[in-house]
Amino acid sequence: MSGATELLAMRDVHVAYRTTEGTLPAVRGVDLVVREGEVVGVAGESGCGKSTLVSTVLRLQPKDAVVSGDVEVLGQDVQTISWGDLRVLRWASASIVFQGALHSLNPVQRVGRQIAEPILVHEPALPADQVQRRVVELLDQVGLSAARGRAYPHQLSGGQKQRVMIAMALACRPRLIVADEPTTALDVMVQAQILDLLRDLVRDLGVGLLLISHDLSVLADVCDRVLVMYAGRVVEAGTADQVFTDPLHPYSQALSGAFPRIGDPAARYAPAGLAGDPPDPRALPSGCSFSPRCPRAVDRCSEAEPPLVEVAPGRPVACIRVGEP
Amino acid sequence: MTTGATISSAALARRRRAEAWKRNWRLFRRNRAGLFGLGLLVFFILLAICAPLLADGDGLDLTTAPGGVLEHPSGEYWLGTDDSGRPILTLLIYGARVSLFVGLLATLMAMVIGTLIGLASGFLEGWPAAVLFRLTEWFLVIPFLPLALILATVLGRGLFNIALVIGITSWPATALLIRSQTLSIKERPYLERARLLGASKWQQVTGHVLPNVTPMIFANTTLTVAVAILTETTLSFLGLGDPTRVSWGTMLDGAFSVGAITTGAWWYIVPPGVCVVLVVLAFTLVGQALEEVFNPRLRSR
Amino acid sequence: MSSPEGGPLLEGALLEARGVQVEFVTRSGHAARALDGVDVSVRRGEVLAIVGESGSGKTTLARTLIGLQRPTTGEVLLEGRPLTYSTRGLRNLRSRVQMVLQDASASLNPRQTVYESVAEGIRLHKTVASDEQARNEAELVSAAMAEAGLRPPERLFLRYPHELSGGQKQRVLIAGALALRPELLLADEPVSSLDASIRGEILALLLKLRQELGMGVVVVTHDLGLAWNIADRIAVMYLGRVVECGTTEEVLTAPKHPYTRALLSVVPEIEELEPVVLTGEVPDPSRIPTGCRFHPRCPALADGSAERAGIADACRTAPLEILPATGLHRVACHLDRVLSAQPG
Repeated sequence: MSGATELLAMRDVHVAYRTTEGTLPAVRGVDLVVREGEVVGVAGESGCGKSTLVSTVLRLQPKDAVVSGDVEVLGQDVQTISWGDLRVLRWASASIVFQGALHSLNPVQRVGRQIAEPILVHEPALPADQVQRRVVELLDQVGLSAARGRAYPHQLSGGQKQRVMIAMALACRPRLIVADEPTTALDVMVQAQILDLLRDLVRDLGVGLLLISHDLSVLADVCDRVLVMYAGRVVEAGTADQVFTDPLHPYSQALSGAFPRIGDPAARYAPAGLAGDPPDPRALPSGCSFSPRCPRAVDRCSEAEPPLVEVAPGRPVACIRVGEP
Repeated sequence: MTTGATISSAALARRRRAEAWKRNWRLFRRNRAGLFGLGLLVFFILLAICAPLLADGDGLDLTTAPGGVLEHPSGEYWLGTDDSGRPILTLLIYGARVSLFVGLLATLMAMVIGTLIGLASGFLEGWPAAVLFRLTEWFLVIPFLPLALILATVLGRGLFNIALVIGITSWPATALLIRSQTLSIKERPYLERARLLGASKWQQVTGHVLPNVTPMIFANTTLTVAVAILTETTLSFLGLGDPTRVSWGTMLDGAFSVGAITTGAWWYIVPPGVCVVLVVLAFTLVGQALEEVFNPRLRSR
Repeated sequence: MSSPEGGPLLEGALLEARGVQVEFVTRSGHAARALDGVDVSVRRGEVLAIVGESGSGKTTLARTLIGLQRPTTGEVLLEGRPLTYSTRGLRNLRSRVQMVLQDASASLNPRQTVYESVAEGIRLHKTVASDEQARNEAELVSAAMAEAGLRPPERLFLRYPHELSGGQKQRVLIAGALALRPELLLADEPVSSLDASIRGEILALLLKLRQELGMGVVVVTHDLGLAWNIADRIAVMYLGRVVECGTTEEVLTAPKHPYTRALLSVVPEIEELEPVVLTGEVPDPSRIPTGCRFHPRCPALADGSAERAGIADACRTAPLEILPATGLHRVACHLDRVLSAQPG
């Protein structure tokens, strides 16, 4: 896999928001690579910066956000290329399925028309029947019948709407797809269907997929590699299996343990969770930003932010107490 | 310790409210158009209140009018005189009182009636709500001017009656607004929670619907005042105003009937017209700024 | 439909539903059955999980149990006595049974402080007058908030909902319900909108309340793991009916209904079961399939096991009975009836 093309390469990305109260850091130094045919997952909860990170991929971050570091899509630095080049890149090289996309569909337009929209924008000269054929092809790829293209969003179920969003993301044959919380708010069974769909698309189309979710188990199912984010930094990374079954950072351990193994008697009447709330970016704790909530914190944890260190090949962890009893 | 908690929580609640006021003021201040509008408003209100200090009341009396007929603006009479010799400036200043008073009174009536009917038709179910809604629609579609004429004729001409006429014709707009807000709030989960906790309909309305509707009422009120003042001007201009009092509308009526346009007596027409425009503008700007303060979604980042 | 024997089905049952049906008329004029015949019983101090996907009717069932929804047929019983839907009857019910609605953020009035939100129930029920410890309102609010894990309570009194985190909002709602000293708490998706890492805290709180106050809990959720974490018993719902019920261990480690099996198989934490991803989605409640309502998506019908057992026709045409609310592990499935009738 390491020989495959790098579709997305983020190096030392920092994003901060300029507000009346000062500069608030949202992303504090993230490295991330997605290769062709690879599925990379980012796990984290509200306030960890994952949505901000996603928005930089196509330079869609809000105006008051300041981005530093490299965000390269197919070798081009998205943050500094010209507007014209960016327009070409958007949707045709990389596309995003946004969080809460179910609510982003235009309620007064048929979904087929909405799927066709990116095609019409990028290839205005394409004759109408070819556009239509492509729409039918896309609907088929996401498991919807051609007739569904004539439906309005309110006539579709949650799962069907999400499939429409995925079809829209595929419209211009991108090589990289970013999906931000694609299965949140969906039923368990529909979630499984959508994850299967994403897996099949990666296999059949050879795209790269960056998957964001707060549910570590969802990522474990589909991803090759997983990064765990907390308070704007990556605190652990590894293969999906490694991070899910043998998490090393106390936060990953909490995330992993949040959803119990059904059948495990130890989890009966013993819900596992963390106290407190994610840190306020205006008042990040000194030292390790996780220390106030960490069950394994000691005094020296508040001295300095732990660096991301590889404790094994391909296994970076940002905790000074890894391996200690 | 426990009574201490009650006392301090009341005091803290007061402090919170004061902080909320300060915050809202800060937000309002950011809107420069709103500040300008507020300045204008303050100016005109002071003008109205301090009328006796600024101009001699005798100048209003037709019999004791000091100046000559339709005199040009001069050092003595800054804005000239009208066809009876009364100083325009005096008329303008005292006219402010009438226009503002009628506008505010009419708005108060419209607000009270509109809120009550709007809340009831939005919150109640079944035929009472339907009847009230039909009533609202009915009043809304009746052509304003014929209704105003009929009411003015029936009730007679007087300050209070004009205010009544305007109030009766303005409440439907408010009622519709309040009703639609009420309908949407009624379905919100916190209303259902109130029901779950055992709140009666009355408690639901006063405890939850009204507080959430109030900011909108507040912002809408200022816009209604603007319309009310304009309406008063219109009615007075049409000759339905109080004959014993001077308002900007009656000034315009007077100017029109003596043919001030053809004779070129601009000082009779322009000042009252400009005043009406400025006051309406002031209320509108303030109203829009208030809407921004109370509805976060309207604010620019 | 009140049985002549009267009395609760289960010993010590506090709240029950018997043969409850709830029908809506949809915009297109069709009749949709959100609940199509449900028997449920909750004992004192018990934690029951009602599990299902959207369209299963689980939220409607919870709302019916607390009187927000009147059943079209059937009845709800409080300690064996049918509910009266008068103001007094409902108030009496709600002084003993409370509910935390789905969507914690929208359940709090954005213009009310935390104190006011928690005090609302106290004021409505005049709890201060009947408090044995003669506490005043502020003390009661304080106590309820402390019980819900918000410590120190005074610090949050004057906060507004938008200043609270998701977990805090949920606790405020729980505090508001606790202030009325209910014997049973219904919680609709209490943790699904919260971050995964605080899930455990809220669930642990519910267990603690059961332990310390003897308060029963009915949790409505789509999350089987949640049921495994805290529930004594579980009822699995599909399209308005309970299709399987029993103790949590029985249903989740030895599921008998094909739907339960499929649900379990796709839970990512389970490795032993081969994932059975059902095709399609839950059908519209206005078009409930004939026979067994699950048959169009049933893997047992699709792979021929039903044919082999000779009940494929029954699956398609013969409706199943309402599962009684007894404590045994019960399943609404033709195939299971055949298989469990066989010896060995």
